[in-house]
Amino acid sequence: MGGFFDRMFGSKRSAESAKERLQLVLVHDRTDLTPAQLEALKDDLLKAISRHIEIDPAAVQIGLERDGREQRLVADIPLRSVARRRAG
Amino acid sequence: MTAKVVTITSGKGGVGKTTAVANLAVALAADGKKVVCIDGDIGLRNLDIVLGLENRIVYDVVDVIEGRCRLRQAMIRDKHFQDLFLIPAAQTRDKNAVSPSDMVRVCDELRPDHDFILIDSPAGIERGFRNSIAAADKVLVVTNPEVSAVRDADRVVGILEAEEKYSPALVLNRLNPAMVKSHDMLSAADVLDLLAIQLIGIVPEDEGVIVGSNRGTPVALDGKSRAGQAFRNISKRLQGQEVPFLDLDKQEGLWGRIQRLAGGRK
Ligand SMILES: Nc1ncnc2c1ncn2[C@@H]1O[C@H](COP(=O)(O)OP(=O)(O)O)[C@@H](O)[C@H]1O
Ligand SMILES: [Mg+2]
Repeated sequence: MGGFFDRMFGSKRSAESAKERLQLVLVHDRTDLTPAQLEALKDDLLKAISRHIEIDPAAVQIGLERDGREQRLVADIPLRSVARRRAG
Repeated sequence: MTAKVVTITSGKGGVGKTTAVANLAVALAADGKKVVCIDGDIGLRNLDIVLGLENRIVYDVVDVIEGRCRLRQAMIRDKHFQDLFLIPAAQTRDKNAVSPSDMVRVCDELRPDHDFILIDSPAGIERGFRNSIAAADKVLVVTNPEVSAVRDADRVVGILEAEEKYSPALVLNRLNPAMVKSHDMLSAADVLDLLAIQLIGIVPEDEGVIVGSNRGTPVALDGKSRAGQAFRNISKRLQGQEVPFLDLDKQEGLWGRIQRLAGGRK
C-alpha cells in the first residue's frame, strides 16, 4: 500500500494500526468495560481520593494494562509533599 | 489405546477450521495414527467434500445420536488411509439436534479404538461450539492475521480459559510473508503478543490449499507444499514431538520472539 493511503491516514503502516487498535479493543472486550465506563470510573476514583488527600487531577494517570491474558487497572497518582502543601 | 480428542474452533467463520481438520487428519493418518474426524458443523456440512468423501455418505452424526444407525455405519473410510474415518454432519438438521453430552458419548465410544478424534467446530460461540468442545482434551483456535479474526479468536480463548479445563493453542493460518515484510499484515509475533496463548502452528497463505480442496486431496499430502509442511508440523506437535516453527517472516529480531512466545505466557 502506498501513496494514497499514506496521505489519507498518515505514514503509519497498516500492520501497526491493526496492532494498536486491537490492543485497545481487546482490553475493553476482556474486561467488558467500555471506554465511557472507564472514564466514569476514573472520575469516581479521583473524587474519592480527593476527599482524603490533595492531588493534582492533571497529573493522575489511570488506565487498563495488559499482562499476558490478564488485565489490570493501573493508577499512578502523584501525591504532593506536606512541606510543599504548607508552603504553597 | 485411548484417543485424544482435539477440537478445532475459531469464533470467526472462514478462517480455515475445516481446512485444518482435513489436513491434520491426513497428516496424522500418514504417520500411522488411527484417526476419526467428526464434522460438528450441523446444517453446513463441509468436511466431507474437503476430504473428497462426499459421495460415500449414508448416515451422519445425528443418525448415530438418534439411534438410526450404529456408530460404525456412520464412519466413512478415507480414500487414501485405511485408518482414517469421517463422521459427517447432518445437512438437513440444525445444531439443536445435538447436545454436549451426545458428543461426549460418541467420543467415549470412539476413544478405545483410535489415537485421535478431530472435531470440526462451527463458527460462533453458541450451541454448535459448545457441542464441539464438550469432549475436547485439547482445543486449537484458528485465526488469520487480520483484525476481526484476531478479535473473535480472543473471545473464544477467553471463554475457553474461563472454563479452565481447556488450554487452547493457536493456529495462525493464511500468513502472507510478503505482506508481513511490507508491514501491511500483522506478524506472527504481533498476533501472539495480542492473544498471549501457546502457539501450535503458523500456516502460510498457499494456493495449494484451494487446489487440494478442489480435488478432495488435502495439501498436507503434497510433500512440496509449504502449507502442507506447516500442517504436517502441527500434526507432529499434536503427537508430542518438538518441531521448530517454519521461518515465514524473516524480520530481524522477530524470530527469537516467536520462539520465546511460542511457549505461552503460563
Ligand atoms: N492457508 C491457506 N491458504 C489459502 N487458502 C486457504 C488457507 N486456509 C484456508 N483457505 C481457504 O479459505 C476458505 C475457508 O476455509 P475453511 O477451512 O472452509 O474455513 P472455516 O472452516 O473456518 O469456515 C476456503 O476456501 C479455504 O480453501
Ligand atoms: Mg468449516
